[in-house]
Amino acid sequence: MTKTADVVIFERNVAKALDDGQLRRNLRSAMTTLSQRRRALFADTEAFEQLRAQGESIRRRALRQLPDLLEQLEGRCTANGIQVHWAETTAEANAICLDIIRRHNARRVIKGKSMVSEEMHLNHFLEEQGIEALETDLGEYIIQLDGETPSHIIVPAIHKNKDQIAHLFHERIPDAPYTEVVEELNAIARQELREKFRAGEIGISGVNFAVSETGTLCLVENEGNGRMCTTAPPVHIALMGLEKVVEKLQDVPPLLRLLTGSATGQPITTYFNMITSPRRLDELDGPQEVHLVILDNGRSSIYGDAERRATLQCIRCGACLNHCPIYIRLGGHAYGHVYPGPIGSILTPQLEGLDEAGVMASASTFCGACEEVCPVKIPFTEILRMLRNEAYAQGESEHDVKGHGYRYTTVEGLSWKSWALYNTRPGLARIGSQILGKLGQHLPMIGPLKEWTRTRTPPLFAPKSLHQLAQERGLDNDR
Amino acid sequence: MTDASSPPIPRPSKVYYFGTCVIDACFPQAGLAGIELLQREGIQVIFPQEQSCCGQPAHNSGFPEEARRVARHQLKAFAKDYPIVVPSGSCAGMLKHQYPHLFAHEPDIEEVCRFSSRIYELSEFMVKVLQVRLEDRGEPVKVTWHSSCHALREMAIVPYAKMLLGQLERVELVELQNERECCGFGGTFSVKQPAISAAMAHDKVNDIMQTGAARVLSTDCGCLLNIAGTLGYRQLNVPAQHFAEFILERTQ
Ligand code: SF4
Repeated sequence: MTKTADVVIFERNVAKALDDGQLRRNLRSAMTTLSQRRRALFADTEAFEQLRAQGESIRRRALRQLPDLLEQLEGRCTANGIQVHWAETTAEANAICLDIIRRHNARRVIKGKSMVSEEMHLNHFLEEQGIEALETDLGEYIIQLDGETPSHIIVPAIHKNKDQIAHLFHERIPDAPYTEVVEELNAIARQELREKFRAGEIGISGVNFAVSETGTLCLVENEGNGRMCTTAPPVHIALMGLEKVVEKLQDVPPLLRLLTGSATGQPITTYFNMITSPRRLDELDGPQEVHLVILDNGRSSIYGDAERRATLQCIRCGACLNHCPIYIRLGGHAYGHVYPGPIGSILTPQLEGLDEAGVMASASTFCGACEEVCPVKIPFTEILRMLRNEAYAQGESEHDVKGHGYRYTTVEGLSWKSWALYNTRPGLARIGSQILGKLGQHLPMIGPLKEWTRTRTPPLFAPKSLHQLAQERGLDNDR
Repeated sequence: MTDASSPPIPRPSKVYYFGTCVIDACFPQAGLAGIELLQREGIQVIFPQEQSCCGQPAHNSGFPEEARRVARHQLKAFAKDYPIVVPSGSCAGMLKHQYPHLFAHEPDIEEVCRFSSRIYELSEFMVKVLQVRLEDRGEPVKVTWHSSCHALREMAIVPYAKMLLGQLERVELVELQNERECCGFGGTFSVKQPAISAAMAHDKVNDIMQTGAARVLSTDCGCLLNIAGTLGYRQLNVPAQHFAEFILERTQ
């Protein structure tokens, strides 16, 4: 069977990741810790289920009124002095940022963690324009030093262990001594970043929730770097996907609890920022300008389809990654796209098209571990199945996902047709199972069986099927 | 998915038995064992010869039309009103929870829902409906347990299977360290993503070996095919067995 390009690339990435014993050990230990902490925090499962039902309903309510809430958000923000920009594509979002930066003749940008900025490939874009964009979240800082992208949406450097970071710091940070002591490594990073915070001319951050009734941008973080980025420089640019809006201020506490608890098992993070305006006349600090860039990049088309819409419920907690048996073995880079793991597997093919990333939807056994932990109850398996259907849908497709039908081949189509025929014609099935039974272990090792037997003994077909045995025992056939 | 299982019903005199395609071809003895466990409780077991596969392979692989065709065939084969007992958490999950999804926009959705409401996984049926009492006649043995993901989450029937094992006095159950983690089978996943599947099966087998158990049991023969194949390939001598076969062996 011919393989599509996305499949070929993914298989190569998978082979590399599975071969990397260090990576697999790092991931396993980190993911075990995160999931244990989560479990400890949500030990009262009944209370958790209640909270999660609440989280789900808040997000669904927000999505139901999405256009209205976005309009309200824009109105409130503008009234509060936040300048709102709409970007349909990542290119537009980048251009908006560049324009703001240029208007202030700025060269040095400091950044808090933002997955939307990753989606925009903003750092790379700014670099090309001669603008330095420095990541200030410790994890992001580490991978930026190493020229990497995040391998996880919450803990971006989770694929690295302490020793690897020790070497990296020693090699890449001028005058940094070699040390494996965590506190000393932290101190080195802090020292470096302090200087940069002082010199930052523009601060860029993400947004965890944007409250439409008040025009408040909420930012969750643990290191205080987010607060630095959003208060120290004279200009703050906040980036958000258009699904991040919630209706009311009172929607925030349950979502926040779900977010931090699901992500790291923390009841609350060290910092929680609520940004409602630039510095006011009577205030001593804060930026003089705040901009909010609201990115679509395919989200409105997801919004437009009732079954796909649940994808946008996500609050980016990362729990689905931490519990995914596939993510745990591969890490984020192997997926080859910005958002990895279960959320990446449902989101990316819809944002970028099945022909670009459809293979991600096949990276699931439908084990349901993601569904079990997702704090907003996204029905992953339903969406994944829908995407698989779309990948093979010929002609017009029901959900019109970009690139639909890309994976269909006559050979695969035919083999499922004959499978259906075989399973609806008992006569055929009887002959088939007799042949299999006779061949037993002497089946030709081709096609699927070839893949199967690379690491397993071949399935042993019984000389007599259950159908035959049932008949021989005289079981009632109800005919 | 806290309690996805079917409500208890009065003890019926007849049940349908859905053997599943994997059991039919590779584990017919497990299928027979399930039948005998029901028969010896005084239940008449009907085995429609028309039955084939639940349709899950196509349903999970992007071919819903073909899945529906095969599903409708089962609807016809199990037309009467009897409960349908299934010796597999995964196939039971397909018949019970996935059919209503698969037919959500089809004209025969109501008929499908009625069919789905009659589905019981074997251990669930034995505990909830038959309230089976087992008497252990075997030698002391240490076993471990593999929860198939669909038995664990979609059907939530693992507690019933373990209740049955718990009735066997001389059977010591040693749990896996990572019981809630998938073994990597996933039906067509195992051949569409063979490398990831193999890595998962490898780890599962390591987990089984560290328990020191003499055999590994499960409700699901798909997983058992994967686990037994991997154990065999690594020349590890731990049988992987369907729980019905194990229970029957020890109680007759
Ligand atoms: S899909 Fe659910 S579990 Fe995954 S990141 Fe989003 S909110 Fe968290």
